[in-house]
This record gives sequence, C-alpha cells and structure tokens, in this order.
Amino acid sequence: MAKLNVNGKVHEVQAEADTPLLWVIREHIGLTGTKFGCGIAQCGACSVHLNGKVVRSCVIPLMAVKEGDKITTIEGLSTDATHAVQKAWKQIDVPQCGYCQSGQIMAAVALLAKTPKPTNAQIDASMTNICRCGTYQRIRAAIHTAAGNSVAAAEVMANEHTVVI
Amino acid sequence: MNDMTKPALPLLESVARRDFLLTSGVVGGGLALGMYLPELALAADSVSGGAEINAWVVIRPDESCVIRIARSEMGQGTLTGLAQLVAEELDCDWKNVKTEHINPGQNFSRKRVWGDMSTGGSRGIRTSQDYVRRAGAAARMMLLQAAADQWKVPVGELSVDKGVIKHAASSQSTTYGAVAEAASKLTPPDEKALKLRDPRQWKIAGKPVKRLDTDDKLDGSKKFAVDMVLPGMLCAAIHQCPVFGGKLVSFDESKIASLPGKPKALRVDESTVAVVADTWWRAKKALDALPVVWDEGPNAKVSQADIIAHLTEGLGAKEVYVNINEGDVTKALSQAHKKVEASYTSPFIPHVCMEPMNATVRLSDGKAEAWVGTQNAEGSMATLSQTSGIPLANCEVYKMDLGGGFGRRGGTQDFVKQATLIAKQLPPGTPVKLLWSREEDLSHDFYRPIARAKLTAGLDAKGHMTALNIRVSGQSINAWVNPAAVKDGEDERQLQGFWKAPGDAQLGYSPANLRSEYAMRNTHVPVGPWRGVNTNQNGYFLECFMEEAAHAAGKDSVEFRRALLQEHPKHLAILNAAADKAGWGKPLPAGRHRGVAQFMGYGSYSAAVAEVSVSAKGEVKVHRMVLATNCGHAVSVEQISTQVQGGVSMGLSVLLAQSSVAKGRIQETNFNKLPITRMVNMPHVETVIAPTFDFWGGVGEPTICVVVPSVLNAIFAATGKPVRSLPLSNGLKLV
Ligand code: FES
Ligand code: FES
Repeated sequence: MAKLNVNGKVHEVQAEADTPLLWVIREHIGLTGTKFGCGIAQCGACSVHLNGKVVRSCVIPLMAVKEGDKITTIEGLSTDATHAVQKAWKQIDVPQCGYCQSGQIMAAVALLAKTPKPTNAQIDASMTNICRCGTYQRIRAAIHTAAGNSVAAAEVMANEHTVVI
Repeated sequence: MNDMTKPALPLLESVARRDFLLTSGVVGGGLALGMYLPELALAADSVSGGAEINAWVVIRPDESCVIRIARSEMGQGTLTGLAQLVAEELDCDWKNVKTEHINPGQNFSRKRVWGDMSTGGSRGIRTSQDYVRRAGAAARMMLLQAAADQWKVPVGELSVDKGVIKHAASSQSTTYGAVAEAASKLTPPDEKALKLRDPRQWKIAGKPVKRLDTDDKLDGSKKFAVDMVLPGMLCAAIHQCPVFGGKLVSFDESKIASLPGKPKALRVDESTVAVVADTWWRAKKALDALPVVWDEGPNAKVSQADIIAHLTEGLGAKEVYVNINEGDVTKALSQAHKKVEASYTSPFIPHVCMEPMNATVRLSDGKAEAWVGTQNAEGSMATLSQTSGIPLANCEVYKMDLGGGFGRRGGTQDFVKQATLIAKQLPPGTPVKLLWSREEDLSHDFYRPIARAKLTAGLDAKGHMTALNIRVSGQSINAWVNPAAVKDGEDERQLQGFWKAPGDAQLGYSPANLRSEYAMRNTHVPVGPWRGVNTNQNGYFLECFMEEAAHAAGKDSVEFRRALLQEHPKHLAILNAAADKAGWGKPLPAGRHRGVAQFMGYGSYSAAVAEVSVSAKGEVKVHRMVLATNCGHAVSVEQISTQVQGGVSMGLSVLLAQSSVAKGRIQETNFNKLPITRMVNMPHVETVIAPTFDFWGGVGEPTICVVVPSVLNAIFAATGKPVRSLPLSNGLKLV
C-alpha cells in the first residue's frame, strides 16, 4: 500500500511498485484528466507536477514517488478553472480536440513558474508536448497572455485571419 | 422479419456513409446527453428538459436553446459551426445556446430524422447546412406562431430579436422560453418552402464566436472514450501480428496466470491476441509477458525498397488507367521547345490521433452498447451489431468526442470490432474497455497511401506550358477496402485533385495537351483516408513539379501558374489572395525564401505561400505561412483559421517522418522514431478567408495539401535543388 498526496489529498493505493504514476492516477485514484499518449516520455499528454516541477508521469514508477511528495494534476490546478493559465487558454480559445491540453496547461504553468515572462524562444524550448491538432500558435499566444505580455500575445495573433469578401 | 435482422452492411466507408439504411424500430433510451453512464441515457426523452420544437431545437423555460448535433466533434469545431447555423435562423440569443449529441440508436429509432451522422471528407457543415438552417427557421416560425396565437394577432405583425418576441402595435413582448411549450404542439411548416437568410446578412454564422466546447478541456473534466469507467469494467490490451497479413498461432496463458489483475489471455481474431485484466496497465504488462507465436506469413520479408521498386515499375508501365486525355500529349511533348520531367515519392503516413484507438463495449440481455470516439457513429453501430449478432434495434453507440480523428476513426471500425469480439468472450454484462498502446496505433494504422509520380511537361519558346502528363503510381484506398470495387485499376479517387469535373477537386491548370494516368500498385500495408486524403500526395506532386517547370521556363512562380489558370477564375483568385497577403515579389529579410502552391480539394480552393530559410547545416526553418481559402461560405471563421493551423502542423510532420516497412512491418512504432511537429517547428500562420457565397466547400482538409509543396518550393528557392521525396533527407532537416 502506497500513500500518495495528489491535489492536496492523501490516497492509499494498492498498485505494484513499478506501476507508472500515470496509471496510478488514472486507474487507481480515478482522475482521468491526465492522459495517455505514448508511455515513453515523448508526448507530454501525461504531464503532472511533482513538487512543483512538471514531469511525464508515464515513466515515473510508483516506487519513485516518496510519501511527502506533492503531486498536482490538471484537476488540482484550481478549483474552478481560474488559474491564470486556464483563463488565458479560455480567452484565446486554445483547444481543438482537447486531448493534449491538460498536459499543455501543466507544462505552461511550470514554465511560467520558472520564467514569468518567457520569450518565444523560451516557449519553444520548454513547450515540447505534442498537439496533433496543431494548436501551437494559440498556445503561444495564451502563454504570453497568462504572463501579462499582451504585446507579445498580439504579435502572435496578428493577422490570424482576414476575411476578404 | 424486419430489416434490422438482416446482417449489417459491409463497412465500406462509402456504404456506411450513404447507404446505411435505417428503417423503423424501437430503441431503449431517449434523447439523453448520451455520456458515459448508460443509466443516464435510459432516463428517456425528458433529459433535454424542455420543449422539442423539432428534432434539432429544444427550448427550455430558462431560455436556453438546446441545439442537437448529429455530426462528430473531434476538435474541428463542427459542433460550434452547426450551432451557429441553426441559431442564425432561429434568431435566438447566442449566449443561450447549448448543444446536445445525438446517438445513432436515437437516430435509428426516429427514422434517421437527423440524417447522416458520418463526419469525414470535410462534410460536417457543407452537407448538413441546408437542413439544419431550415430546422432553425422552422422552429422560429413555430415560436412566433405560438406567440401570435396567444395574443390573437397576425403572425406577420411580430418581430423577434435574440429570442425576444415583440408585437409593436400592442406593446406586448414574450420570450422563446415562455412560448416553447405551445410552439412544440403546432404543426411544423413545410421546411423546404422556407426562405433562408442571405448569408451576406448573417449575424451569428460567419462571425467570430468562441467555441462552445472549451470549458471542460481546461480542467480535466472532459470525458473521452478512453476515460470510460463502468461498474465491473475490465480493461483489455491487444497485440496484432506485427506483419500485416500474418496470423496468431498460439499463446501460453500459463506464463501470466500469476501476474496481478487476474489477467486472462484470449484470441480476438485470426491475427490478434488480447489480455483482459482489472486495470489496463496490468493487462498491458501481462500482454508484454505473454509468450505469443505468430505465423508472419508471406509478407514477412517485404522491405521498403521492394515497395518503392513496385511503384517505380508503375511509373513506366504500359497498361495504365487514363483519366484525362486532351489534345495529343505525346506529339506536343515531342515538339516542345523544352521538356521538363521529374519523379516524386510520397511515403506511408500514420494518422497519430493523440487519443489512441479505444472502445468500450458491454453485451448483456440481448443488448449491445459501445462507448466510442467515432467519426462514423452509424458505422460503429453497424459493426457492433454485425460482430455481436445483436440486431441494430437493440444496439446503442454512445458517441464521445474524439481525441483526434483525421480519417482514422471513420470507415474503419477495427477498434469497435475488436472490443466486441473481446466482450463476447466475457461473462454477459461485463463491460470491457479496449485500449491500444501507441505502438499498436502506429504499427496498425490504415496509412496514407504510398505513391510515386512522374510528371512531364512541354514548354514552348516563350516558356508557356503546352503539354502536361501526370502519371501516378501507388496504392489504392478503394482497393484496400474492397478490391472488387476497383476494375482494371480504374480508380479515379487516387487522382483526386487532378479531376476535370468542377466542384470538388478540380485541376486548375489547362495546358492545351493534358493527360492524367494512374498505375494501381497495391501493397500488403493497410491504407485509408488521412486528412486531405489523396490531395496530399497529388498536391505535392503537381505543385512541386510546377515549380520545377517555372524554373525551367525562367518564369516567376506565381506568373507561370497564373498563365495556366485563366480558365479557372476561382483557382486563380485564391492564388492571388495568398500571394497578395504574403507580399509576393516584395523583398524578404536576408536568407529567407518564398515558395507557393495552389490546389483544390473537398470543394474548396486553397493556396499557400511559405517563407523559409535553410542554414548551411541544412536546417530548414519555416518562419511564416500565409494560406488562403475559398470555402464558399465561411460559417465559423475562428474555426477556419484554427483548422488551417492544424493543417500546417500536420502537413509539416510529413517533412519529419514516415512509416516505413522492414521485414513486412512498420518500423516507427513510437514518437522516439516518429517525430511529430512541435511548438518549435510551428511557423506563424496567417489565414485569408475569401468566401464567394456561391457554393459550400469543406474546411478541415482542403488547405493541408498546399502546405508541403509551398514549403518544399521555398526550400528549392533557397538551395537551388528541388526536393522530390519525403520526409526531408539528403542533409535537410526541419527545425
Ligand atoms: S504519455 Fe507520457 S509522455 Fe506521452
Ligand atoms: S488539441 Fe487535439 S491534440 Fe492538442
């Protein structure tokens, strides 16, 4: 029996020690906002925060998580989707299918915690999660928006569409 | 015996789409929100909790307007666009609009009142726009009539704005919510006779509105099919023979008996084994530990080089299907001042939906249920019925939004079939969730078909193209689905975008002598529609070749194309729109180069201009892309630009990786071997939307086919060397 602190609540889980944290979260704790995309730390769909740092939970075995560790999933980011990043995502209308977005949001929150006003190059370097729908341009704009950098956000959204009739 | 007991129709995409004949029948379950708990669905017709004005519109006393959506939502924004169209004619307050999914069993039990549910071929809006707008207009008339009846005044004296009905003469006013109940009892008007609003006067459609389906994608609360949990549910992991066409010989269940999760191995079909356990992770671990013997069959030695050689043979073959043959191409080429010829290769490409293939199925008491993300819910239901042997009338598919579709979750319902075959081997009433690993997903796709092409052009002394011969040699999607449907290799679909007929995928160029040919060369690798389908390969073949021809003619890329587009003003106009916005011909920062492409598919006209730089180390950076589209009517402008961005991202992926064959199997089985476009690769994308209001074209697919050729043409401009194969190679790399 392992004890896991997820979103501020301690859960006792009956899972094998080598079970990846992703599957503990999804199948034992029942939080399904964290997604499975590849299982080999390549896509970022499974991104959660471990003690405030973004990690790819599909490759972290349960035994590597210590009892005092704090895990935050998308469900625990805020109680009512009011985290600045969630609000920016809503304002810019980022998601398409939405499948990758939990991971994208968790990655963006971690980026902004370290780099409150990231440049485009810093966004490129740290936002490595895959979005097959191709929401990257709007993710970039939303990160700038969450950072309060409206000039950079406007630059990204410039000419996004022009209707010619 | 009624029609429901007949075997379900074969799952050809076209059959499931057009001829899925549904007659009468009674299905348990009403117009529920249709989500993950079947009990919810069984709560019957009152779930909408309001008055059904007609099949598409339900109005609640609190003024919410529930618009029913029959097409699938997979990120493309069709749900919002369809709601905009209904709301436009309904004249309700957009703020009050809510949407509700329709499940195929509901459609079945109401004699297909919601029409075709299939969502592919960029048809979601363009083929339902007429009837959903009429439904909105009819609902408005009934609501107005109900108010007129109440006030005993002529309906012609009423006005309505945002769901508030007014009678100016008597200063009375009421709301949709207040009259909905009475309106629902009126006889509906003849929808066909209704006059629809002029799209140029639209107030809700055609305007930038926020998507209606964003909120639950921000906090993890959205349930995809992969998130299904049912009481007593088991989870299944599968392994299909790595070599296509191979067979499952045996497996040794005793080796996994002691593993946790009570794993049970079972044969799914002749080439597939599954392990079922209490969690998916335990099922997957046991599957990995399960000794399996395969008979890899006759394809176990096939290599990529074998396949390429097979296609190359087709480039020179004598016997081919000739689709267009105008003028005398052979003679014109022999008399040409200059001849240009080049061959290109386009590989197998996987779909890569971020939500891996999955389906949850429960078979109990003569009833079959499936929870699935599907582009073709009626096709899913047919598969469920056919595989379980339970009549359609006792089946229901709870349609979930898809974590990506791109053509993978449409005509081919392999995941539903497998989940049903597994459920059949479990105690009745046991729900089972089948989930593929990414490795299964990438090694058992229905890939974008592999193809090669040889194009030959004749130029006159002034550099004008007088003759063009297009020869495509490659695999046929139709032949994979149903070999008997393709006679003598005559498969026009593989020449999509080179068609003479206007309206869908018409070739824009009109050289005096023109011939298009197809040499069908099939392989053992499954193929299927992939966002944009054959316009992808064909757009790349043609537009890269046009660039080489323009180069040989010593002409400007845009000018050269313009001269050949004179007979097709819409193709020409969209090329001009992209070129204008991109500043074609204007100076660029040092090191940047432009490339252009235009093509038509899915009823829409597309063009692109890419700005690219190539470093001394061969690093290709795409800085900016301008895409222009004339999709006839622009319903959801925000969704159009985001779909265009999606097409750019997906198109660029083809420069990064392919699915290649060795020993009969696909080698790139996860993202470590199959790089996908990421943030760093994404250029700044600008979309020009230029609707002409005289037709209805698609949006999700048409623009992707110009992405690759415009970028490759910019690389050609930068390096002086044409790129003729994908992904990028010979020292070039997308960064
Ligand atoms: S599922 Fe963990 S990185 Fe892809
Ligand atoms: S929104 Fe669909 S994968 Fe990112």
